[in-house]
Amino acid sequence: MTKSYEEIPLTPISDSPSTITITGLWRVMRPVVDAKKCKKCTICWKFCPDAAIKLVDGVPVIDLQYCKGCGICSFECPAKCITMVKEGDQ
Amino acid sequence: MRSVMTGNYASAYGAKLARAEVIAAYPITPQTSIVEKLADFVATGELDAKFIPVESEHSAMAACIAAETAGARTYTATSSQGLTLMHEVLMWASGARLPIVMTNVARAMAPPWSVWVDHMDSVAQRDTGWLQFFCQDNQEVLDTIIMAYKVCENAAVMLPAMIIEDAFILSHTSEPVDVPDQQLVDSFLPAYAPELKIEPGKAMGFGSLVKPDQYMEFRYKAMLGMREAHDRYLRVEQQFKSVFGRDHGGLLDRYRCGDAEVVLVCAGSVAATAREVVDAMRAKGTRVGLARIKAFRPFPQEEFKELASKVEGIAVLDRSYTFGAAGAMFSEVKAAAYSAHRKPVMKNYIAGLGGRDITPKILERIFADMIVVSKRGAEDEVEWVDVAGLPRRWR
Amino acid sequence: MPTTIPEEEFTYPGSTGCPGCGANLVMRYMLKALGERTIVSIPACCWAVMPGYWPSNCLKVPLLYTAFEATGAAISGLRAALDLKGVKDVTVVGFAGDGGTVDIGLQALSGAAERRTDAIYVMYDNEAYMNTGIQRSGSTPWGAWTTTTPVGTTHGFKHEPKKDIMAIMQAHRIPYAATVSVAHPEDFVKKIAKAKDIKGFRFIHALAPCPPGWRMNPMHTIEVAKLAVDTHIFPLYEIVDGQVTITRKGKGLPVSEYLKLQGRFSHLTPEEIEAIQKAVDAQWQNLLAKEKSGT
Repeated sequence: MTKSYEEIPLTPISDSPSTITITGLWRVMRPVVDAKKCKKCTICWKFCPDAAIKLVDGVPVIDLQYCKGCGICSFECPAKCITMVKEGDQ
Repeated sequence: MRSVMTGNYASAYGAKLARAEVIAAYPITPQTSIVEKLADFVATGELDAKFIPVESEHSAMAACIAAETAGARTYTATSSQGLTLMHEVLMWASGARLPIVMTNVARAMAPPWSVWVDHMDSVAQRDTGWLQFFCQDNQEVLDTIIMAYKVCENAAVMLPAMIIEDAFILSHTSEPVDVPDQQLVDSFLPAYAPELKIEPGKAMGFGSLVKPDQYMEFRYKAMLGMREAHDRYLRVEQQFKSVFGRDHGGLLDRYRCGDAEVVLVCAGSVAATAREVVDAMRAKGTRVGLARIKAFRPFPQEEFKELASKVEGIAVLDRSYTFGAAGAMFSEVKAAAYSAHRKPVMKNYIAGLGGRDITPKILERIFADMIVVSKRGAEDEVEWVDVAGLPRRWR
Repeated sequence: MPTTIPEEEFTYPGSTGCPGCGANLVMRYMLKALGERTIVSIPACCWAVMPGYWPSNCLKVPLLYTAFEATGAAISGLRAALDLKGVKDVTVVGFAGDGGTVDIGLQALSGAAERRTDAIYVMYDNEAYMNTGIQRSGSTPWGAWTTTTPVGTTHGFKHEPKKDIMAIMQAHRIPYAATVSVAHPEDFVKKIAKAKDIKGFRFIHALAPCPPGWRMNPMHTIEVAKLAVDTHIFPLYEIVDGQVTITRKGKGLPVSEYLKLQGRFSHLTPEEIEAIQKAVDAQWQNLLAKEKSGT
């Protein structure tokens, strides 16, 4: 929605968190975490370019609203507990 | 304090009195003594500022932009090749709505190499969104720098301004200049306090990407700022007069135009010569006048429309040329006159490029030609003055 | 298990970087080490677009967008204004791509370094003009395909070696310069934290693998970054007051391990790969010699 010239600042100043952009919609592949196999090493959290992984009691919870499905977490996981499945599959 | 100083020193004193806080500049003839004097002021502690000796003019303006965004009052100076090198970031400064003030020492562009005066460098920046003030003497240079900060830092304007002094004729020529008291200037010009500035702890991005569905609204706002600058300059100049006791004739400085048949329009130091010529011709009974463009941006549209409806002929002297068209000032004066009730005869005289001297005799001949043309109409609307090889003699 | 790098995030998700973007990680690790009192200046590059369209901002710190070549000048201006205003304890960061640093931005970088501007300049190196669509830069390595060094029918590729920006920075005699890798975040964070406490001009060269530009699977970003270090193509070292110290020896794997994961090198003949191996070996020996001789 185009804002009226009276409603915008003098120069474009960005102060809204980028969470307004739902990058999860880009996904072709989706990571699926097997929490039972997870060794809580935090490596997946560490390597996520989008900071889309949260650690809940050391176990990664992937925020699917933002996860782009790059697969780094899956590739880097030493316990091999993250599988990439085609988006739309169970 | 009455003093005798060059235009460059007048610029330096103007910036010092305005308490410029960050100065980023790169040397270029004939601007160098501005920057040297300011470096001196900083080194002796007379001016509490950060001096950044940048490695190019583009960087000078980029550094000023960053510093101004962080809330500092900035100043720089340049000329010709340096000014045109800055072109990209001149547009950035105005789009970012930063009230940076800069002195441009108007100097001809290369090639051919020239260090002498003409206005092509300055006129080529007319689309950048900067306020442009052409000065006719060193007092005006100093005064206009102070006034420019006050005009530009106003929340309704927030645009940068360039104060233009003619190369060598003003920059290196000493004239009497009254240097106002610092306390008086402080009472006139408060500290720079922008609403928004970049500072730690506030996660804001300045200058982001805007889609086609929103860009125009930002440009519209900038236009409103420039439009506001017109009236605000006149108000600020009135305030300046009441504090310091002098003004410089508004945006269009008119001299003896009231009952003039023919008026000469020009900008810069040549206006001071033209004034003398007007007096001499008036003494002989010819009704001529002078309209000096002090502000090229914002263009004194209404002032010209009014002037046009009162005179028979307007001669516009451009100390620059827009190839493929006509002199820039001529084109704009003509456009303003287009909506006047009566349209005067108009002619463009291209003179003084590359520092070619515009003598009183040349100006007399321009007036004389215009008087004839205003009765007969112009054969050629644009005439180049004092070019060797052309049949007409001007000297 | 506790995390090996600071847990607090200074970037939001929702940045428009490509899936697997190495540059995204560079910013993420850098800000984890620098914290909240940081101001970042970003010129035209991928990162100028990644925070999103106005009013979206994926950084939790203030950000100044600038013209392409202006980063060095902008950080000088920022620092001058902050100093003048008495604003203390702020890290000024210039965060630019390789194009905006080694090519169009080189003049301003050199000026800022020569003036001893008190700031950290981070070059995230994805080895081409990626934001404009994978055109070669001075930082593109020998042998790489780009859109302006296409393979075509004449077996084209970039025939010039990569500009050595660390050597250029060393020649400016700045107090601190370091290479960092997104595959080694602990080392990355440690070096940034070290840089933070040094006054003067500091330079960080971060290799940022780019899946679309390097023609690679996005899930290999970390693996490729790891191989860059282990093959000695991108060694991890510091230059502290002119003295080179290698911070990670790397396994010494053949360059082919690194090259084979990237489509941008897929046209290379065995002889050309051998030429790369020789060049990398020579550079590594050179670096070892620098470390030994104290220059």
